[in-house]
Amino acid sequence: MLARDDDILKAAEDWKKKGRGVALATVVETWGSAPRPVGSNLVIDEEGNFLGSVSGGCVEGAVVTEAIDVIESGQPKMLEFGVADETAWKVGLSCGGTIRVFVEKVE
Amino acid sequence: MRLDILTALNAERSARRAALVVTDVASGEQRLVKGGDIAGDPLKDLLEKRLRSGKSGMEETPQGRVFLTVHVPATRLLITGAVHISQVLAPIAALLGYDVTIVDPRTAFASIERFPDVKVIAEWPDAALPPLGIDRYTAFVALTHDPKIDDPALLHALARGCFYIGALGSKKTHARRVERLKAQGLTDAAVARIHAPIGIDIGAVSPAEIAVAIMAQVTARLRQSAEGNT
Repeated sequence: MLARDDDILKAAEDWKKKGRGVALATVVETWGSAPRPVGSNLVIDEEGNFLGSVSGGCVEGAVVTEAIDVIESGQPKMLEFGVADETAWKVGLSCGGTIRVFVEKVE
Repeated sequence: MRLDILTALNAERSARRAALVVTDVASGEQRLVKGGDIAGDPLKDLLEKRLRSGKSGMEETPQGRVFLTVHVPATRLLITGAVHISQVLAPIAALLGYDVTIVDPRTAFASIERFPDVKVIAEWPDAALPPLGIDRYTAFVALTHDPKIDDPALLHALARGCFYIGALGSKKTHARRVERLKAQGLTDAAVARIHAPIGIDIGAVSPAEIAVAIMAQVTARLRQSAEGNT
């Protein structure tokens, strides 16, 4: 997903205005080398469609699942992920960091 | 995020105006602070610091932990002169994240083959510049050596408050430029905003080295000066 941040936030607005349930996920903290900088956004709708990224694809699936809960409950969540794993090291990625992602409903 | 905040934020972004979103981490409460409203905000110092660095992040405040999301317009580099230095300056600036536009009415210079992947406008500054929306997130460098092209563009860049303004030329050339610009009514303070000779002093000789010296100076202006606009 190489969508620019402008497009992501615009999509969040457009999706909401079309009546879809929408959540916004934002990288709020990183430790070590994380794939996406603080402030990166992922927008998710209630059907699991998404745009943007909060990692290099490592945790988007989990964020989308959590975001669907957030859309239902309306309660924001703070998620934390360790990015390091065996596979990442094997293919030469050195992203041994941790990221914290804030997920909130657009309402 | 409330839809009204999101809509207002997107409006600021599309108008190329800076804005920050302050999120109370504990409660999830949010507010939007427009760039022009920072001076009157209780978190003024933190917001200014964040705006200057362009980086979002967590901050401790007397009211608890907040997350500050910084939205600054993409920086742009405007160049007059589709010259040899521009050919290396444009790709270096692009790597640094700038949207690059080159203006040169001399069509022989401003050929697309010499500038792949760069927006080149083969018109006089008076026609080319007004539609570009030059602003304080734009750096301007005058590289033609031709007063007919550089001078009107310099006047435009100064009027629009570009965060960096530089002009190629020796001290002697610049002294003549200063005389001309003052004759057009510019103040000493305005003229002093022009970096000339252009670039930090690293003894640059080749066009690529001069380009590095220029972008180092542009970067320093962007990251080190208060408000990024002096």
